[in-house]
Amino acid sequence: MATYLEFIQQNEERDGVRFSWNVWPSSRLEATRMVVPLACLLTPLKERLDLPPVQYEPVLCSRPTCKAVLNPLCQVDYRAKLWACNFCFQRNQFPPAYAGISELNQPAELMPQFSTIEYIVQRGPQTPLIFLYVVDTCLEEDDLQALKESLQMSLSLLPADALVGLITFGRMVQVHELSSEGISKSYVFRGTKDLTAKQIQDMLGLSRPAVPMQQGRPLQPHEQPVISSRFLQPVHKIDMNLTDLLGELQRDPWPVMQGKRPLRSTGVALSIAVGLLEGTFPNTGARIMLFTGGPPTQGPGMVVGDELKTPIRSWHDIEKDNTRLMKKATKHYETLANRTAANGHCIDIYACALDQTGLLEMKCCANLTGGHMVMGDSFNTSLFKQTFQRVFNKGFNGEFRMAFGASLEVKTSRELKIAGAIGPCISLNAKGPCVSENELGIGGTSQWKICSLDPSTTLAIYFEVVNQHNAPIPQGGRGVVQFVTQYQHSSMQKRIRVTTIARNWADAQSQLQHIEAAFDQEAAAVLMARLGVYRAESEEGPDVLRWLDRQLIRLCQKFGQYNKDDPNSFRLSESFSLYPQFMFHLRRSPFLQVFNNSPDESSYYRHHFARQDLTQSLIMIQPILYAYSFCGPPEPVLLDSSSILPDRILLMDTFFQIVIYLGETIAQWQKAGYQDMPEYENFKHLLQAPLDDAQEILQTRFPMPRYINTEHGGSQARFLLSKVNPSQTHNNLYAWGQESGAPILTDDVSLQVFMDHLKKLAVSSAS
Amino acid sequence: MSVNQQAHTGPPYGQAQPGYQGYQQPGYGGQPLPGIPHSQYGAYNGPMPGYQQPVPPQGYFPSLGFPSKGSPVSLNSDTSSLAPNFIGLLRAPPTSGAPPPASGASLPSGHPVYSQFGQGDVQNGIPASAAQMHRPPASQPFLPGSAPTPVSQTSTFQQYGPPPGSAQQLSNQMAGMTIGSTSTPAPPPAGLGYGPPTSVPPVSGSFSATGSGLYTPYTSGQGPPPTSVSQGLPLAQPPFSGQPISTQRLPTQVPGFAPPPSSTGIGPSSYPPTTGAPRPSPMQGPPLPGQTVAGPPTSQPNHVSSPPPPSTMSGPHPGPSPMAGLHGPPPPTHPPQPGYQMQQNGSFGQARGPQPNYGGAYPGTPNYGSQPGPPPPPKRLDPDSIPSPIQVIEDDRSNRGSEPFVTGVRGQVPPLVTTNFLVKDQGNASPRYIRCTSYNIPCTSDMAKQSQVPLAAVIKPLATLPPEETLPYLVDHGESGPVRCNRCKAYMCPFMQFIEGGRRFQCCFCSCVTEVPPHYFQHLDHTGKRVDFYDRPELSLGSYEFLATVDYCKNNKFPSPPAFIFMIDVSYNAVKSGLVRLICEELKSLLDYLPREGNMEESAIRVGFVTYNKVLHFYNVKSSLAQPQMMVVSDVADMFVPLLDGFLVNVNESRTVIASLLDQIPEMFADTRETETVFAPVIQAGLEALKAAECAGKLFIFHTSLPIAEAPGKLKNRDDKKLINTDKEKTLFQPQTSFYNNLAKDCVAQGCCVDLFIFPNQYLDVATLGVVTYQTGGSIYKYAYFQLETDQDRFLNDLRRDVQKEVGFDAVMRVRTSTGIRATDFFGAFYMSNTTDVEMAGLDCDKTITVEFKHDDKLSEDSGALLQCALLYTSCAGQRRLRIHNLSLNCCTQLADLYRNCETDTLINYLAKYAYRGVLNSPVKTVRDALINQCAQILACYRKNCASPSSAGQLILPECMKLLPVYLNCVLKSDVLQPGPEVTTDDRAYIRQLVTSMDVAETNVFFYPRLLPLTKADVDSDSLPAAIRNSEERLSKGDIYLLENGLNIFVWVGVNVQQGLIQNLFGVSSFSQISNTLSTLPVLENPFSKKVRSVVDMLQVQRSRYMKLIIVKQEDKLEMLFKHFLVEDKSLSGGASYVDFLCHMHKEIRQLLS
Repeated sequence: MATYLEFIQQNEERDGVRFSWNVWPSSRLEATRMVVPLACLLTPLKERLDLPPVQYEPVLCSRPTCKAVLNPLCQVDYRAKLWACNFCFQRNQFPPAYAGISELNQPAELMPQFSTIEYIVQRGPQTPLIFLYVVDTCLEEDDLQALKESLQMSLSLLPADALVGLITFGRMVQVHELSSEGISKSYVFRGTKDLTAKQIQDMLGLSRPAVPMQQGRPLQPHEQPVISSRFLQPVHKIDMNLTDLLGELQRDPWPVMQGKRPLRSTGVALSIAVGLLEGTFPNTGARIMLFTGGPPTQGPGMVVGDELKTPIRSWHDIEKDNTRLMKKATKHYETLANRTAANGHCIDIYACALDQTGLLEMKCCANLTGGHMVMGDSFNTSLFKQTFQRVFNKGFNGEFRMAFGASLEVKTSRELKIAGAIGPCISLNAKGPCVSENELGIGGTSQWKICSLDPSTTLAIYFEVVNQHNAPIPQGGRGVVQFVTQYQHSSMQKRIRVTTIARNWADAQSQLQHIEAAFDQEAAAVLMARLGVYRAESEEGPDVLRWLDRQLIRLCQKFGQYNKDDPNSFRLSESFSLYPQFMFHLRRSPFLQVFNNSPDESSYYRHHFARQDLTQSLIMIQPILYAYSFCGPPEPVLLDSSSILPDRILLMDTFFQIVIYLGETIAQWQKAGYQDMPEYENFKHLLQAPLDDAQEILQTRFPMPRYINTEHGGSQARFLLSKVNPSQTHNNLYAWGQESGAPILTDDVSLQVFMDHLKKLAVSSAS
Repeated sequence: MSVNQQAHTGPPYGQAQPGYQGYQQPGYGGQPLPGIPHSQYGAYNGPMPGYQQPVPPQGYFPSLGFPSKGSPVSLNSDTSSLAPNFIGLLRAPPTSGAPPPASGASLPSGHPVYSQFGQGDVQNGIPASAAQMHRPPASQPFLPGSAPTPVSQTSTFQQYGPPPGSAQQLSNQMAGMTIGSTSTPAPPPAGLGYGPPTSVPPVSGSFSATGSGLYTPYTSGQGPPPTSVSQGLPLAQPPFSGQPISTQRLPTQVPGFAPPPSSTGIGPSSYPPTTGAPRPSPMQGPPLPGQTVAGPPTSQPNHVSSPPPPSTMSGPHPGPSPMAGLHGPPPPTHPPQPGYQMQQNGSFGQARGPQPNYGGAYPGTPNYGSQPGPPPPPKRLDPDSIPSPIQVIEDDRSNRGSEPFVTGVRGQVPPLVTTNFLVKDQGNASPRYIRCTSYNIPCTSDMAKQSQVPLAAVIKPLATLPPEETLPYLVDHGESGPVRCNRCKAYMCPFMQFIEGGRRFQCCFCSCVTEVPPHYFQHLDHTGKRVDFYDRPELSLGSYEFLATVDYCKNNKFPSPPAFIFMIDVSYNAVKSGLVRLICEELKSLLDYLPREGNMEESAIRVGFVTYNKVLHFYNVKSSLAQPQMMVVSDVADMFVPLLDGFLVNVNESRTVIASLLDQIPEMFADTRETETVFAPVIQAGLEALKAAECAGKLFIFHTSLPIAEAPGKLKNRDDKKLINTDKEKTLFQPQTSFYNNLAKDCVAQGCCVDLFIFPNQYLDVATLGVVTYQTGGSIYKYAYFQLETDQDRFLNDLRRDVQKEVGFDAVMRVRTSTGIRATDFFGAFYMSNTTDVEMAGLDCDKTITVEFKHDDKLSEDSGALLQCALLYTSCAGQRRLRIHNLSLNCCTQLADLYRNCETDTLINYLAKYAYRGVLNSPVKTVRDALINQCAQILACYRKNCASPSSAGQLILPECMKLLPVYLNCVLKSDVLQPGPEVTTDDRAYIRQLVTSMDVAETNVFFYPRLLPLTKADVDSDSLPAAIRNSEERLSKGDIYLLENGLNIFVWVGVNVQQGLIQNLFGVSSFSQISNTLSTLPVLENPFSKKVRSVVDMLQVQRSRYMKLIIVKQEDKLEMLFKHFLVEDKSLSGGASYVDFLCHMHKEIRQLLS
């Protein structure tokens, strides 16, 4: 097994790919019996310090329908200077530049260690990155101040030649012209009126014929600047202007009556931002960054009216279909998101408010375009400030950890077809022979557009084995999948990253152990979870849970070892052992449970779940719990109520929250002030240790998690108590009779009960 | 006269006599009717001489040039008359026989004549005493004429005499009128005797009675002095006129008189137009001479030798009718007068259509018949013999300009608008606030209908008062608000009657009895007056203000101070012409002069700025900003205001930001290539801004082109001159789309007044663009083909005045009347959502509303009729106030009273507004015909009911309305009703809207421009040179004239002007070097230049708009433009000359009478 674990790990490090199955069942029928689909998590831009990009164009298969990239798995005839495409078996001539090719003189793409390779290609004009700030001005004074400071600070983080633009909105939407001298100029739009892109461009004077007029004086007549230069200007030119402009930004001046929400035209503001970029910079890297402090309350995309007495829709309302505005708003944002995606731009949403802000309706803007979604309580928190700052983090080579306008193409060998993808992407509707008719996630295509991605962006890609049972694959045959990601690097280069992987086929009847042993339960759990969450977006929660349960039971039936109808005899092999537990926590996770979460929160959680890599996804499914005590070094402990002990400090990482929980005794000691006494310095160290660890996590994660410091009996302890497996509850406390741990007041089933049921159902001959 | 009468009446009514005293003739009091004016007379006489002086100017004869009147004869006449200006004079001269000397003589006479007019009343008054009747006054003259006067009259008549012919008769009638007037002169003698009017008619029989009243004035002038001349003029009977005037007339007359048939034929056709043509040649040439020969031989070269005939005439006349009477008198006076009459007659004669009538008439007066036959044909109507506006104005000025006008008495006719006088408010509103067409209202609607005299009041609620007069007092009745009648809600005023010891008061409008609120209670004295009568403006004054309570405010909230929003077109045209820079520069200093409430240190008005082309740019000029912010709104389809805070700011607080903005605007758009503009969204933007700020205010829009950009209210060029004179012509005055009407409604609701400055280089569709301005009570200023160099001063002065002038916002005006009459129709720049309330988003001190009244019941002579005009408005400091104007009028059962108390200037104001509104719905021709018809009816009614019986051939005009024909003709010839080829559609629409809110003084000078001989100005005095009549005939080649009509000032330079003068005035050495592109006179250090410039400045100050100065050189192309304003002449566009029109009127009247 160790070998498989290593194999998996090695593959992940090299290619950024993790398959649910690393040995593939060789026929469609067997594949379906495997329950967990053949799928992979792909991190297209996984950071590879050891991967220097090559400075030439990839060599493509000459068959028009194939165009696979030459890769180490291809058969090469060095003498004839021919290579055979391992997808379509087309024999291709090497291009003239490869004339000197030989076994000893191989180009990089033929070397096995370059199963993932990155090309830098020179194609088309390079356009600078674009950052368009869309700023809500209906904020509290200090919120706005904090936001203004963050924005001003961000200017220093942008590349000097990046173009920036500013749109502010409240009751009206203002598009600021940044080039004007002496007078700050902006175009104002009514916040209640939806405008077409054409109208917006006309009104902004961006239509071609209208360009000449309206120009301020600063431009020399002969210098025909890029059309939109008035609204999008290079940072180095206008950072002073823009800093002042941001500094003078005032709260929306329109009076807000008591009992009313401020009128916030988020829908129109976004629409204008999209329209502005659409006409002027199609298909270039651009981020529309929306900062909003509340729900859209007017115009298209309105989420709730301005009457405070009408609360924002809750899950309860949604279930009752009592959401008049939701559908319309969602449609508005979907339309916008699709347009944005079509232009290769992305929308980030930074929503900071105590109440909901309409993320549910707006989520597609971020989801479909690969934008970020950040939710906080206030712009005046380090959560927002640092998260925002982290957007502009630079990688090891000093480049932004963001890429734009990517398209991902997947090619498969004939035995496989592509069923779909789940992640921050949108279909490019590329039909082809390798596209399956069965869809999982966003299907029906072999290409997707990912408008923005960073090194951790991870897509789940699902496949279907189509080889018929009666057409066996020759022994030693391998299935091949090639991922071709073309994107605009933050340095504005066009790059193509090609990853080609191959896996062995195995006959499920004769070689089930191989397949079983090559099961990647972590990847499988995440892949299944993504499917579940994807379904949950459109289906009723209980249905999804039932589906997940059924899959789990079937998997156990298939791979468990048991005697019929004897639950006690049930065993799972090591490669499956954690899977049920993942499923247990997944069922309890906010991705599938909406209880106690607002629709916005659910959307927020799901957004991140659909794009984080495997490790982070697992943390989201099953939070990590560390214990700190005098008994030894910090240790990971079970996510179980039994881990909550008086003399322990617990550190829980749920991805979204970092909770530090002081056990009862520890809390008392702290109150007593022992940590300040020299003789109890070790206690001080103990208190400090989890804080340091938490800092480490906080420093690296995006978005920055909510940091919660609590203690036994603290109100915030609920964050911990809601996550741990309720092995001790008020129901079984005495029955278990253990002295340790903390009872959880819940009716939720515990893992133990869950497992018991699972075993029972798995071994049942009835199902 | 009427005044006097009123005065008399006053006493009877027991109205506030105290104040009245001013009126003087207590004696009359006894005789209610009788004219009062004694004192006045006296005064007048004095003045008269003064007039004479003016005459001298006539000396200009040189001007002979006046080809029009023609021929040598005319020359003579001219010469004699010299003073083309003063008709009267002219005549006078003739009388003298020896032109030159005569002139001198005549002059005097002429003056008197005029004076008489004015005085006429007075005189009447005097006689009146005797006569009793109000009319008497008018008639009086006649009387005198008849009896004693005869002589004097005769003189006038004499003129007729000459015409002997029928013409004379007509003239006689005229003369009669004149005679009457003459009689006035007579007054002295007869005056007393005449006992007023009543007697007049009878006595003088035809003469005096008839026209006299009316004419009297004119005649009177003549009468007494010699004035007869003047009389003759006005009256100019048809017959004469016909002859004298022109060939046309001749023919016409001829027929009329002798050979009626033929003449008739001609007459009709000839009419103004025809006549026009014919006259010149035939008439002038031959006739004149003939005439002169005949009659004149002796004296009047001009006019037919009235003298001779007169005698004859007189003889017969007396017997028969006024005519005779006229004649009679004329002979004596003769020469001079006759001439006039003749002319007049001539004009009438043209009227000829009616000739048959004449015939009839003639028959009556055999003499005439005979006379006419021969003389008439040759003679023309002497322009000098027909009523002269100049004379009337001068007379009034000298008669009534010296004494303050005290308003205590009911139904007093105030001095003319052209007279400078002071007003003492003693219970009735000053005529500066309200002027009526008649101060004596018929008691019944039947009478009113019969007379056809419109009952209307021209109200200027916020009129500016001269510094000597006090502004209306502000009265605060505390929290409960002004005391009002419970039923009709009339406000407390001097006419309310306190009863029951002061515990209640009875409403003077509806008679309802209302409890006096405790806090307002006061005891009564023995006369029933409250003890605090003199302490409370609302009890003792005609005009005052109440502080309004919150109940009078919109939404029951006290208003915020208003705002001014400057909205500047920054399209290519505006930038290119330098306009944008100019406006911005000007605003920088102008903003310090926003109107403020009396003693406030700084104006409460906030300002905002918008620029626009096809999008709008709003500016945030909040004081805390380092630099202004510009906000562009491109969504013009759905206008909104993009900012709240910082758009409307206090000038002082935001001074630096505003200055920076105004500096930058011209720079920002310096390179614009945008030529399209929007318009409606601009107004919408202003409206929305005011809405958002919850205040009223005013938009100053500076606009250059037809709004063709895609937006609401987009317009297309629909100018089509082919429509003129078709049934569709009215569409040119109507807005293209109803969009603007709706917008205007919204604006009014918010109190958003729109002032529009337009700078068109082509058709702009003023008719549509002006709708909002018009309905919100705003002003339009138009600068066609704006050029910085020439139009800058005018524009800036207008702008300054417009920004600085006193203005009220969000105003509602209601006119309450006592039972019996009711305000039924309103004219002016406002909006009405119901039938009683006049709503104006803004109302400035120049805006005037004309209100028409109709009977809905009987009035009584005892109680008279009361008007209360209440204006609720927000002052420039945001204070809500009520301004109340009260006016009491007399009521009459005799038509003569009505005619004696009319004011022609006001009448014209009403008629013009009525007609100008009419063109929106009817073809222009219909409107013109209706006007003529109504006036003919008015005059015919007078003739039929008030004038003594006389030959139908006589034209007899009421004294107070003797200028009605000439003024009416001016209205008919105005650009709106009869456009010349050079008048654009925009001009017409512009003028149409302009006139609609003009006050009486403005319409007066607008329709009958003031023509001043600059070279006659006394460089050492401050006074203006005496005006002359608007006829080319009056111009001399060797002189320089100035003509102003409230919009333009023309400086006309004759070809023979001395080089010295040219050098002094223009700084160039010869006539040919004078540039006619000058827009100002060069500043030169010499007395003449200084004088002329001071005259121009003086005129500019008098008008609410800065007039455009145009230099016209004689025989230059521009002269055509100038001639357009010589309104007594035939106009190029087909407008009749005064003389022709008078004849036409006469014809119409005769038709009505027959």
